Amino acid sequence: MKAARKKRLYLILLIVTGVGVAAALALNAFNQNLMFFYSPSEVSAGKAPSAYPFRLGGLVTDGSVKRLANGLTTRFDVTDMDKTVSIEYTGILPDLFREGQGIVAHGKLRADGVFVADEVLAKHDEKYMPPEVAAALKASHDKGVAEAARESGS
Amino acid sequence: MLRFFHQLGSPKHFYRIAGSWIPWLAAACAVLMLYGLYQGMVVAPTDYQQGDSYRIMFIHVPSAWMSLFIYVVMAAAGAIGLIWHMKLAEVIAISSAPIGASFTFLALITGSIWGKPMWGTWWVWDARLTSELILLFLYLGVMALYGAIDDKRTAARATAILAIVGVVNIPIIHYSVEWWNTLHQGPTVTKFGAPSIDIRMLIPLLVMAVAFKLFYVLVVLMRARLEVLERERNARWVRELVEAS
Repeated sequence: MKAARKKRLYLILLIVTGVGVAAALALNAFNQNLMFFYSPSEVSAGKAPSAYPFRLGGLVTDGSVKRLANGLTTRFDVTDMDKTVSIEYTGILPDLFREGQGIVAHGKLRADGVFVADEVLAKHDEKYMPPEVAAALKASHDKGVAEAARESGS
Repeated sequence: MLRFFHQLGSPKHFYRIAGSWIPWLAAACAVLMLYGLYQGMVVAPTDYQQGDSYRIMFIHVPSAWMSLFIYVVMAAAGAIGLIWHMKLAEVIAISSAPIGASFTFLALITGSIWGKPMWGTWWVWDARLTSELILLFLYLGVMALYGAIDDKRTAARATAILAIVGVVNIPIIHYSVEWWNTLHQGPTVTKFGAPSIDIRMLIPLLVMAVAFKLFYVLVVLMRARLEVLERERNARWVRELVEAS
């Protein structure tokens, strides 16, 4: 390779590395701001802002979804399998909202630790399969759980 | 073989060789795209959670892949043009920009249409969506910069540098769903281990991905031929070509 070409090649590699390092530093510095939502553990640890609204994401706990007496407000818990936070939301929930589903809620923490949401978005997972496969997976999972329970019981 | 590549580098031979490839590419692309669309829209089973809505994936996912792929091709061609002063690489780089921009736009629009029924919103400022929008602006920037400079070779050099600097965004887009919490779900196909998608859905998706790649090659060759003609309009072979037709 001629000297001039070599020089240009190194110059381009230098640009790419330089920009890459700069971007990595910037993204690292703003890491927390790039998070779309806080997890229930972070909220429990007091890392989430209490003065202004933020987003909270997690899985809807099984059996936690209840309608309050006014008929419009839904109350449910979200968990990250470690800590759990209760959410109250008044309005229409997205189609994918169900127990066990991931959601992201936007709102504010009330003094009693309940998160009052003004928007609830459903998060779907990266799995795609036909209903019969999902049903078969669930059946074999339930069977496995039942067997494990029987073995530990005996 | 080496002679073939050497010939491909000269505008005159590129014009001729690319012209002979175009009908074959067009036919292969049409067949694959029709087959993929039929398999995806009609034959593939419905999803256990999203029902039929997930079928927009067969357009959305290949478009998003292409938006990244074309950017890398554009930046690499730009770099080759800068280092070896190869005219054809400059032509390929600049011809790729509008195609990449179109795929990025398509990915954003189909994602938005998919997001409304599934997530409950057209748009959120999460890391994946935002970085993909920046990619669209990068493409538009490359096109605008090229158009703003009269001398084509200077323009090609300036846009190549912009394209190379923008490459830093590509890994950010790809890993955004792993590095940060996002509303967008994680990777399905391009992750470690087996893809978490049913094989009857995966095959149409991959067929569509290949069809989109062929479409890109087809359109970039057509655009590049036009660009070559424009740049070489004073060359003898172009004048002979025009007189002959």
